[in-house]
Amino acid sequence: MNHDPYVWGRPDDAVYGAYNHAIANASSHGNVQEETSFPKMNSQQPIITGTSVNSIKFKDGVIVAADNMGSYGSLLRFNNIERIFKVGKETVVGVSGDISDFQQIQRLLDELEITEEIYDNDGGHNLRAPNVHEYLTRVLYNRRSKMDPLWNAVVVAGFNDDKTPFLRYVDLLGVTYGLSAICTGFGAHLAIPLLRQLVPDDKDYQNVTEEQAREAIINCMKVLFYRDARSSDKFTLVTLKQGQPPKFEKDLRCENQNWRFAKDLVGYGSTQL
Amino acid sequence: MNATVASEYSAERHSVPIEHRFNPYSDNGGTVLGIAGEDFAVLAGDTRQVVGYSINTRYEPRVFDVGDNIVMTANGFDADGAALIDRFRNSLKWYKFDHNGKRLSILSAARYIQHLLYGKRFFPYYVSTLIAGLDDEGRGAVYSYDPVGSYEREQCRAGGAAASLIMPFLDNQVNFKNQYVPGSDGKKKKELRYLSLEEVIQLVRDAFTSATERHIYVGDGLEILIVTKEGVRTEYFPLKRD
Repeated sequence: MNHDPYVWGRPDDAVYGAYNHAIANASSHGNVQEETSFPKMNSQQPIITGTSVNSIKFKDGVIVAADNMGSYGSLLRFNNIERIFKVGKETVVGVSGDISDFQQIQRLLDELEITEEIYDNDGGHNLRAPNVHEYLTRVLYNRRSKMDPLWNAVVVAGFNDDKTPFLRYVDLLGVTYGLSAICTGFGAHLAIPLLRQLVPDDKDYQNVTEEQAREAIINCMKVLFYRDARSSDKFTLVTLKQGQPPKFEKDLRCENQNWRFAKDLVGYGSTQL
Repeated sequence: MNATVASEYSAERHSVPIEHRFNPYSDNGGTVLGIAGEDFAVLAGDTRQVVGYSINTRYEPRVFDVGDNIVMTANGFDADGAALIDRFRNSLKWYKFDHNGKRLSILSAARYIQHLLYGKRFFPYYVSTLIAGLDDEGRGAVYSYDPVGSYEREQCRAGGAAASLIMPFLDNQVNFKNQYVPGSDGKKKKELRYLSLEEVIQLVRDAFTSATERHIYVGDGLEILIVTKEGVRTEYFPLKRD
């Protein structure tokens, strides 16, 4: 017997009429008319997501950190995603939100790096963070204007032409802002208050040392792991210092966790008073 | 003979998408204010950018010197505001290339911005736009727009989050609305006069400190761009950060 169900045959069209594909939402098998009458759909929500990106300026550089998790709703789907990557010589981009859109952004920026950095068509000028940020802003704003957004919030870190640290944000709507401490997503609520203790005013980053900034960011990653259910304790931390290539530290862990507070939590699905 | 006998639901359209529409707009708060004087104009805005209950940043300039002694702001949804101002700046640059560096009068700038806005009539720039500068006679001029480009020249205008708080104050203090000559028993209106630059700056500062008290989207800093025949200069005053 041939075990392939496909050759078993089906009721003869001449006797029973053509199969009604509308039954049980069967696909239309190349029926173009029906396929095109279905509205085109753009992304309406992120699917696999990355949570916060946290960053702060210090005296002569920037630190950016993001964990390595990719969530599928509440499911921990991936734990090996590097959401911070290098563009050009001295710029890094940290991306939160939809992971597939993040990978699209990564491809776009790889292409940008090839056209701008490999072929020197501008007399020795380098691709710097402000240029990368401006480019990303245009991409994200144009996509939102097509009602087909790239579902991300992005932090661009690097240096200005005058070698001062650069840190700026852009999101799926094309809204941008610059600041001495930037966190996306949950970090904007939990980590920003901790980082603003170091930089209460924008220019105060000039008094912050690399060690202070690093300690604060690592503390933020721990605090976020305590309370952000979509975060992991494994993260990547990138240090940018003027005149040096970005230093990537991968597979860092939140150390000295203390969960004793958890037994006292009331509400939020735990014990009620 | 050709039709399948099926349930009566088979003719119904299946798998119609459920619409959760992506919202392409957000409200980034902030408020702006323009006043025209006899031979100057000011355009002021606070420097806070928000979304929802979060303060994004305490210093993001929202009033810009776009060249040719014209200052401009587009307040509301920041991404649209930035896009509009970028487009205007770019057009102005090309206008100069194409017309041998000719100066663009504020009258022409105003009409051009109407077209930029109305060009997106069916997917509007979600902003209240103001420009300020000097007209051809050297008098202060402020033009204000709605999101789809309807515009007029005015002596003063507030826009953005706290526009409804500031505008009545301006009506009273700049155009002397509801002000009468003392002792005339409310019969003789106070005569209109131009305010001096010092008076205007004091008025702007009062307007913004008051708006900061009562509106959560306003605060952090006040940046005032002043246009005179000498050019554009900027003054900054801190506001409450709470």
